[in-house]
Amino acid sequence: MTQEFTLGERLAAPLHDVAGEAGYDAHPARMGFFTDTSVCIGCKACEVACKEWNAVPEDGLTFTGMSYDNTGGLGASTWRHVAFVEQVRPRDGGRAKPVDLGMPTVRPAPSVPQAANEDDREVRWLMSSDVCKHCTHAACLDVCPTGALFRTEFGTVVVQSDVCNGCGYCVPACLYGVIDIRPGDGRAWKCTLCYDRLGAGQEPACAKACPTKSIQFGPLDELRERAAARVDALRAQGATEARLYGADPANGVGGDGAFFLLLDEPEVYGLPPDPVVTTRDLPSIWRRAAFAAAGLVAAVAACAIGGRR
Amino acid sequence: MAECHPVGFQWVMEAKQRGATIIHVDPRFTRTSAVADIHVPLRAGSDIAFLGGLIRYVLENDKWFREYVVAYTNAPMILREDFRDTEDLDGLFSGFQEDTRHYDPSTWQYEGADVAAAAGQRDQWSDMESNEKGSSSDSRSEHARRGAATARVSTSGAGGGTFHGRPERDDTLQHPRCVFQVLKRHFSRYTPEKVAEICGVSEAQFLRVAEALTANSGRERTSAFVYAVGWTHHTVGVQYIRTAAILQLLLGNIGRPGGGIMALRGHASIQGSTDIPTLFNILPGYLPMPHAHDHEDLATYISADAGSKGYWGNMDAYAVSLLKAWWGDAATADNDYCFDYLPRLTDKHSNYDTVMKQLAGESEGYFLIGENPAVGTANGKMNRLGLANLKWLVVRDFQLIESATFWKDGPEIETGELAPEEIGTEVFFLPAAAHTEKDGSFTNTQRMLQWHHKAVEPTGDQRSDLWFYFHLGRIIRAKLAGSTARADRPILDLTWDYPTKGEAGDPDAEAVLAEINGFGPDGKPLSSYTELKADGSTRCGCWIYCGCFKDGVNEPARRKPGSEQSWVAPEWGWAWPANRRILYNRASADPEGRPWSERKAYLWWDPEQKKWTGHDVPDFQPDKSPDYRPPEDAEREDAIAGTEPFIMQADGRGWLYVPAGLADGPLPAHYEPHESPVPNQLYGQQQNPARQVYPHRLNRYAPSGDDPGAEVFPYVFTTYRLTEHHTAGGMSRWLPYLSELQPEFFCEVSPQLAAERGLEHLGWATIVNPRAVIEARVLVTERMRPLRVGGRTLHQIGLPYHWGGNGLSTGDSANELLAIALDPNVHIQPTKASVCDIRPGRRPRAPAAAPLVADYQRRAGITAETGTEAVTGGKKK
Repeated sequence: MTQEFTLGERLAAPLHDVAGEAGYDAHPARMGFFTDTSVCIGCKACEVACKEWNAVPEDGLTFTGMSYDNTGGLGASTWRHVAFVEQVRPRDGGRAKPVDLGMPTVRPAPSVPQAANEDDREVRWLMSSDVCKHCTHAACLDVCPTGALFRTEFGTVVVQSDVCNGCGYCVPACLYGVIDIRPGDGRAWKCTLCYDRLGAGQEPACAKACPTKSIQFGPLDELRERAAARVDALRAQGATEARLYGADPANGVGGDGAFFLLLDEPEVYGLPPDPVVTTRDLPSIWRRAAFAAAGLVAAVAACAIGGRR
Repeated sequence: MAECHPVGFQWVMEAKQRGATIIHVDPRFTRTSAVADIHVPLRAGSDIAFLGGLIRYVLENDKWFREYVVAYTNAPMILREDFRDTEDLDGLFSGFQEDTRHYDPSTWQYEGADVAAAAGQRDQWSDMESNEKGSSSDSRSEHARRGAATARVSTSGAGGGTFHGRPERDDTLQHPRCVFQVLKRHFSRYTPEKVAEICGVSEAQFLRVAEALTANSGRERTSAFVYAVGWTHHTVGVQYIRTAAILQLLLGNIGRPGGGIMALRGHASIQGSTDIPTLFNILPGYLPMPHAHDHEDLATYISADAGSKGYWGNMDAYAVSLLKAWWGDAATADNDYCFDYLPRLTDKHSNYDTVMKQLAGESEGYFLIGENPAVGTANGKMNRLGLANLKWLVVRDFQLIESATFWKDGPEIETGELAPEEIGTEVFFLPAAAHTEKDGSFTNTQRMLQWHHKAVEPTGDQRSDLWFYFHLGRIIRAKLAGSTARADRPILDLTWDYPTKGEAGDPDAEAVLAEINGFGPDGKPLSSYTELKADGSTRCGCWIYCGCFKDGVNEPARRKPGSEQSWVAPEWGWAWPANRRILYNRASADPEGRPWSERKAYLWWDPEQKKWTGHDVPDFQPDKSPDYRPPEDAEREDAIAGTEPFIMQADGRGWLYVPAGLADGPLPAHYEPHESPVPNQLYGQQQNPARQVYPHRLNRYAPSGDDPGAEVFPYVFTTYRLTEHHTAGGMSRWLPYLSELQPEFFCEVSPQLAAERGLEHLGWATIVNPRAVIEARVLVTERMRPLRVGGRTLHQIGLPYHWGGNGLSTGDSANELLAIALDPNVHIQPTKASVCDIRPGRRPRAPAAAPLVADYQRRAGITAETGTEAVTGGKKK
């Protein structure tokens, strides 16, 4: 069944068959990542496995001082990035209680995972492996003029380095700051969700290397179900802050092909809280541009007509 | 564990998902702490106080597993009247001899019996003797002399357990001199208040751990302990593990599923290189290395353990089979199975003793195989100066590590202490093949052998270690061929006929495994160590590995998925001995042979079939009924009763108290680290009195506690690893993908210490102590926090030790700061707790660096004697 869309919907609404919409008749289920940060131990095996498999070059021996994160963020030569977030808050007696530190939000302290309790305070060390979200509505793909970026039969988004001309349109189009131009190379690079491995029936290198199953690979529908159950379980254990990020098909990108279980606000992990695909407003932008252009034409015509008088 | 063993940590995460409570006790807030339910950031070097507090909690609150303790441990054994505890002697046990710094352990024995250990330090007698040369032997008891004659074997791993007489027992545990009562008195001062004061943790936090641990132990539940070098790298390291063992025995957590004490080894197959040892004082399978003069012949060597109870009673079969494996047909009953061919111990030959000999010019050559002492061991400078004083050095590694290039670019070249043209050491660098480039086995902490197959051929001149030693031996043998010299016979008579494969001529690793497994009289592979004979008819390269190549099948190579077999997974790899997954598993059943609980059923006695059955291979004679009581004259395993699970021990029991086998006391006691800014708050005795010290101009020690000058080094530092790098960096600092993840040496400090010392985040810090000055980038983190210890604030500094001057990611080596002062049992250095000062900015370069260290030494009043005192008790109390 093919969905019927308005143009605006086609750019941002939920799509139940993203590969079908991209023109694949018979195709496998949409595949994706569920990254459960509540069991991430920050070992960075995903970063190394990704670089090894995809032959991504080393991109800087820089000591950042950002906890144990010397990677910094996703980029042309970093397709998996483990963030390390250190948090401290006071605690009261045996049970943690929310304390207003005058911070922007007051939240109950998490109880079970990613928490180690000391007496007078609580230290949390959040770790999360970030990756390309393989958006349902991928602006990078939509703006690519050469067709270097394409939707695969698995519903993932891949850039073909031999087609990319390095125009860089995709870079500002990505609202997550994932895709980037590699210095000295000039072309755009990002996670392929190991398209080559998927084609051979293998799971992506990062998921394969992850020792704690923090990175789970599989059909997106299954992953969403599993993730929902995991959030419920964590909340039942008292981790009231557990939430999914990017799993909702009704979000601003039509749902992410790679989504996350977080233990705090997305901003804490460096993720945009309310992502909206940058091309969602293209119709209205074009409408306004067309309107402005028409106005301009009219004005010029008016001048010309006026001048003739 | 998550930090250094992330792959193994997946099972902890799985346990957590299934409801396990994860408690992490570590001075450092690591990746493990991040996912633990409870993190206890105790002061580095205070673990015995913490564990001792738990023992006291268990005893005082009646949380111990009575039936298990009475039947399976030595709690009822009665001690000699002349034993004195630390309670009586302000931190010393009876028998300490201040002049030799050694204990005479004779007063530690049971009343009415002498035993030697199945594991541990067994050269205490010989050490005493050698240290007492020239002094009157009258000072030694008759017992010690008797002991020297019977129990004098040397090993740091294990050995035979001798047993003479029958110890007296009180199964009501009421006798004032029974082990249980002694234990209770000994740990009575380890109160929660003292734990808090010593460890810098709150009483509430300590009690949370105590409650969680005891609530999860008993008939229905078990708790496991996991440790790594954080426990072993102390001058009292062996006693750390002992304290955990006492606790686990009291709680009934040994020999049962979900229990135990797991040692996480530093890297792959450290367990394997202890089983088939790279250590100086043991032979394969924990047979002791013979001593010169005292073990003139095989009979003398064996008789040190003869007539004993337990499985070590078969040591003659294990030793003869080993000699037959090595010397084959040349080994006959007439020539003592070539026992003369074995090297003998003439002295201490531990790692650091060897370094001292190098410095003294008494050691000519050195092989470094996957080891980088120039940056990887305590007191890097002494190690480098030792290397510079050799005739030849062989380095086999993946990269040109610092130990291979110290002669041209080491720190001493910069300071002018060494000049390349004046170093006589000839260095041979031979590139090594990685584990992916060769066949072989790893033995993990579970004693499980897992085979790895070669994935790719090594490139260039890279070769496996097996290749190197085989061909080295082959060439030496070729050069010696035809020699009639007696000294050459041990080499010429070796069985050295492994088939080789491929262009490079790599020996067939499976042939080596088969030799280790051993062959019977018919030339077929043996299937169990119980088949070994002392008559020369069997050959076996390592008795505990016997059976791993049963029927010619490489059992370590088995990889049957867990989902296709029982939960014990006996068909994944092969675990020594006899593919047993849990040692002493007889303890998983009650004395009558019934499971302690259905939930924890593992092995039980089947009265109908009259044999032990269950989920694992019984670690017991399979048909020995729980009713069996040994006759008076029983020997070997027949001397173990049907209710005694600890079959390697001469008395069949788990030892809460160690009557023999340890160099520094029958019970653990909290001593401060060799160097500590804190006085010992439990005893007048500051440090382990029996620790080994090495006074040397390059190895000066800091004053401790309240001693004058201690305030010059007010901070504790602890060294450790990061996930991103591997030990001294030889396997990681040359790899771009790992180096970019942790590109520089840094120190971790708390915001409070940063403020106190003016350290800036991302700036530089200079760290100095009596031995060295180094610099590191500063990482200010809330994960480090000041502790309240003994009424004062104590700051700790974290130092990952991976760096050196070579590779992609470079930096100073933290190990420059470490002292050479050793645990007396296993000769390990203290890397986990030492002292220093820290100041902002980069370190001085030569020639100003040495004067800075000298200035600190002067300010602290450091002399050759500082920190070397054995006994400090009495003067403070």
